[in-house]
Amino acid sequence: MNIVLKIEKLRVEFTGREFRQTTKVALSSLDLEVGAGEIFGFLGPNGAGKTTTINVLLGFVTPKSGTAYLFGIDVRQPIARQRIGYLPELTYYYKFLTAEELLRFYAKIFGLSRVEADKRIDRLLKLVDLESARRRPLKTYSKGMQQRVGLAQALINDPDLLILDEPTSGLDPLGRMKVREIIQRVKNEGKTVFFSSHELGEVETVCDRVVIINEGELKAEGRVAELVQKYLTSSLEQVFLKVVGYQANGDRAPATSRVPAA
Amino acid sequence: MKKIFAIGNVVLLEMYRRKDFYVLFIVTALITAVMGSVTFFNNAQIVRYLKAISLFLIWASSLFIAIGATARQIPAERESRTIFPLMAKPVSRAQMLVGKFLGCWLACGLALVIFYVFFGCIVAAREHQWPLANYFQAWSLHWAMLGIVVAMTLFGSLVLTAVSSNLTITFIATVAILLVGRYLHKVALSMTEPSAAIFTGLYYVIPHLELFDVRDLIVQDWPPVPWGIWLIAIAYAAVYTGLLLLLSWLVFRKKVLR
Repeated sequence: MNIVLKIEKLRVEFTGREFRQTTKVALSSLDLEVGAGEIFGFLGPNGAGKTTTINVLLGFVTPKSGTAYLFGIDVRQPIARQRIGYLPELTYYYKFLTAEELLRFYAKIFGLSRVEADKRIDRLLKLVDLESARRRPLKTYSKGMQQRVGLAQALINDPDLLILDEPTSGLDPLGRMKVREIIQRVKNEGKTVFFSSHELGEVETVCDRVVIINEGELKAEGRVAELVQKYLTSSLEQVFLKVVGYQANGDRAPATSRVPAA
Repeated sequence: MKKIFAIGNVVLLEMYRRKDFYVLFIVTALITAVMGSVTFFNNAQIVRYLKAISLFLIWASSLFIAIGATARQIPAERESRTIFPLMAKPVSRAQMLVGKFLGCWLACGLALVIFYVFFGCIVAAREHQWPLANYFQAWSLHWAMLGIVVAMTLFGSLVLTAVSSNLTITFIATVAILLVGRYLHKVALSMTEPSAAIFTGLYYVIPHLELFDVRDLIVQDWPPVPWGIWLIAIAYAAVYTGLLLLLSWLVFRKKVLR
């Protein structure tokens, strides 16, 4: 299996700007590998280090130590991001641009020719049902429409790896279904999806393999069925709660396990 | 280069679609039109005075446009979080900085072309002559100076957190250099150490923006600056702009984006 994403002993620390502020360890010696064609679920409670990991992969944050690679290229090099698509948790695009202009801008960033860009823009706007609104400024779009533009921009370079940071957060059921359909479509094309979400039912449905991290450390890793069996539970949600040490009274007790990937 | 131009193009589009600069543009054009076209008993001194006021307005407006537009570029990208989908693409931070610089600087250049052509047309209509070389030198040196100001503002936007502080500090620094920059080493002579050393050092470190102010070529109808000197001034601006962009990149390259 080709490895498209690899993280080795990743450690990220954040130091506050104020005097005598303590250093917070966001990630501590995280190791991770994602193979080509996988739909990989990246789970953890709020503050576990999911977004920090994604931020390292995208070059937003420089790790204190350790390395991360995309397609074998160090993530500190911009070229490592040539074959990836990224959809952030919330939509953040230039509101004064239209959907078509935004996609054309990103197509230029990826170095696509005008003809190729035109073709992809038409295809993607059709895929996300925004053909009729393509010339409207993004500031006039609803939240669902903006998230769909987000999906389109994440796919503009026909990526081999799609990184989704809570892609269905705040979407209505129709929007969620659309995102799921697109993820499935990407998978059918043999592409890889790295997927961070709190919607455990959704993760259970679409992911081949998951990891659960907590307090910056990897706590569990494996296929959903294997984890369910290993933790003697009936669903991924229960596995998650057990792994993060959730107890009925609200206390947390640590637990660590790794199920080898099949 | 395509990536840099793409980023610059978005900056230009944003400025074109924002309405706040139009007000400044129209007010400057109106005042320039009135000042440039009024004839007071054909008194040459008064005409020169009115031309000087019009050009001063063009200088002030261009500084507002350059500093105002540049100061919010990166902070606005971070605040609206549009920087994340952009930097998740194969774009280096240097390319982003240069793209932003290019967009703002080109916008300034376009604004200056409009201002100078407009002013030139009005003056030419009355004086029946248009010394093109003078206008070209005044415009090009003004634009080169704005390159330094844009790069300085970009650097400020990475060092200072609030847009308002950057706006204020860069504007004060620019005006101070324009007004007193050339006298710093003379002021130092009347000081004791270490102030004298600091002022002398400052004199040699700051970009001397006043060198680019050749409004008198138009106001006094002086002959153009020798082209060799013009070229040296352009090179001087290019070096300072490059240095300021390099400093900006050094600050920006390791900055955590979150």
